[in-house]
Amino acid sequence: MATVSYNKATRIYAGQERPAVNELDLQIGDGEFLVLVGPSGCGKSTSLRMLAGLEDVDRGQILIDQRDVTHLPPKSRDIAMVFQNYALYPHMTVYENMAFALKLRKTSKAEIDRRVKEAAQLLQLDEYLSRKPKALSGGQRQRVAMGRAIVREPQVFLMDEPLSNLDAKLRVQTRSQIATLQAKLGITTVYVTHDQVEAMTMGHRVAVMLDGVLQQCDTPRALYDTPQNVFVAGFIGSPAMNIKTVPLSEQGASFAQMILPMQREQIAAASSGGGKVTIGFRPEATDLVGPHEGGLPIVVDLVEDLGSDANVYGHAALDGGSERFVVRTDRRGMPSMGETVFIKPQPNHVHAFHATNGNRI
Amino acid sequence: MTTTSNTPPPVAAPAHTQTKATKLTGGHGDKIHRPSWFARIVVGILCFVWIVPTVGLLVTSFRGPEDALTSGWWTALASPFDLTQWTIANYSEVWTEGGMGRAFLNSFVVSVPATIIPIMIAAFAAYAFTFMEFRGRDVLFVVIVGLLVVPNQVALVPLLRIYSDLGLNGTFLSVWLAHAGFGMPLAIYILRNYMATLPRGIIESAKVDGANHFATFWRLIVPMSVPALASFAIFQFLWVWNDLLIALVFLGTGDNAVVTVNVASLVGSQGQGWQLLTAGAFLSMVVPLLVFVSLQRYFVRGLTAGSVKG
Repeated sequence: MATVSYNKATRIYAGQERPAVNELDLQIGDGEFLVLVGPSGCGKSTSLRMLAGLEDVDRGQILIDQRDVTHLPPKSRDIAMVFQNYALYPHMTVYENMAFALKLRKTSKAEIDRRVKEAAQLLQLDEYLSRKPKALSGGQRQRVAMGRAIVREPQVFLMDEPLSNLDAKLRVQTRSQIATLQAKLGITTVYVTHDQVEAMTMGHRVAVMLDGVLQQCDTPRALYDTPQNVFVAGFIGSPAMNIKTVPLSEQGASFAQMILPMQREQIAAASSGGGKVTIGFRPEATDLVGPHEGGLPIVVDLVEDLGSDANVYGHAALDGGSERFVVRTDRRGMPSMGETVFIKPQPNHVHAFHATNGNRI
Repeated sequence: MTTTSNTPPPVAAPAHTQTKATKLTGGHGDKIHRPSWFARIVVGILCFVWIVPTVGLLVTSFRGPEDALTSGWWTALASPFDLTQWTIANYSEVWTEGGMGRAFLNSFVVSVPATIIPIMIAAFAAYAFTFMEFRGRDVLFVVIVGLLVVPNQVALVPLLRIYSDLGLNGTFLSVWLAHAGFGMPLAIYILRNYMATLPRGIIESAKVDGANHFATFWRLIVPMSVPALASFAIFQFLWVWNDLLIALVFLGTGDNAVVTVNVASLVGSQGQGWQLLTAGAFLSMVVPLLVFVSLQRYFVRGLTAGSVKG
């Protein structure tokens, strides 16, 4: 049980100008499940490996439970890590794999046995204890990797995309298992993923990273409702938010024939954006309206019928170019391909961002 | 030209790649493809060419000196059940009076440490070259690999002088050290390249689990490197066992003579006693044959299967 703090932690790989992780400031509470998410190469895995001690910290500090661990080797940090490819020891049985770290710490045989059996039961691995990794399925190997972390009873769990090698169904299943397990054990967990659905469903808080810089760290709901910049707005949510840069008028943003009203402070903040403002509206905060209600006409390219509702993908001629839009609609009003429909963002669910720096206004 | 002469390679090539592919995936569960006729014939010819002299040696070693000198070994095969032509006198003579018994023991005394010492040291070195960061690591590795092209012979005279200063000439220790040194570059090279293929994640996982270098080496790297260690051990053992030059230079003839040196001294200066030579030669072949046949499965790599997904 411990807190974790990154204080301006920076990692610069040799021969590279841009830091892989740039002055990361992040406080993680005791027992919290924090998810680091972002596209490939955003520095999320590097951040995790810095916390693990597998990667040097060039500047700044990392604290675990108020203790400076910045330059300690991994074994002195009291952490356990689950790797993307599981990294099981191929020549050892499941039992030996789980017992390895404890044996190195000279834990008594009886204690090792108790902990391994307990973890095996928790993960339903009892009957596989004497097998070697190669005789296990992907899901079982993943659970062994989890078990190896659990028996350590560490202060912090680190998980580096532990589900990315599982098939879709198993991933959803294991996702909820890991979240439940974490809640049960109450151990502080840092979890890295590129999958925003995983991030949103598992994390107490989600930290979104891009190009080595932390963009926003907040609860999933807050990320979704109030993204702090254009990148977070576009990254969180599936299908992605519709984001367009449009001219700014005195009442708000003028989008096609519509004026999307903005508050006075917002307009003032946006005015430095060269007469433009970036607006975003989520597919589910967009209505299909009748032909004469002032909506933007779009030609439907694709309809994804999800059973409960449907995603309508289409394009519209706007400002001389073709712009793509997504709308989520219920099944009754589902248009067909090639049809022209009219869309209208719900005015109180429109996000506004500065046209040049992309920050929320 | 286009149809006839071009046919064999395309037929042979898939057979080759297929066998390679099944080996790499571990083999089990895969359908094993039958090799083409072309490949079979080539392999058959190669086997025949290698086996005939060996059989000739074996047959001759069981014949008396008169027979061996007057008729070819294949004539004995015409009437294999004529037991009067067979004798084991060559073997008993060579074993006792020829000194093969003692030489046999000497060869083991030379070969076993001369195999274990370089492998031990090379495994440590390969681990350091693969998993440890230190200044000049790559340069040092290139230098060691570069030593592969230096012929052993250039070191013989300097070594002899050093050994005579130290009073080591003619001792087993001198041959162990010489073989260890000569075998080291190749051993380090092979083992490092093998270790570089082991999944990095496993080493990192061990670090997080709290293993120091020593524990990582003994508990993870050595068990996972068994195929490479074993294949090099076999290689080195056979090399040392069959070596004549180093044994002759540092041990010489006499009480400490090894099998190869002893076999070479079996034939008299007028060429008499060469039926003894066949028996001695066959005895010297028995150990390498047994070693290879019994340990060849270690050449098949497959120990890392299942550690990482893929």
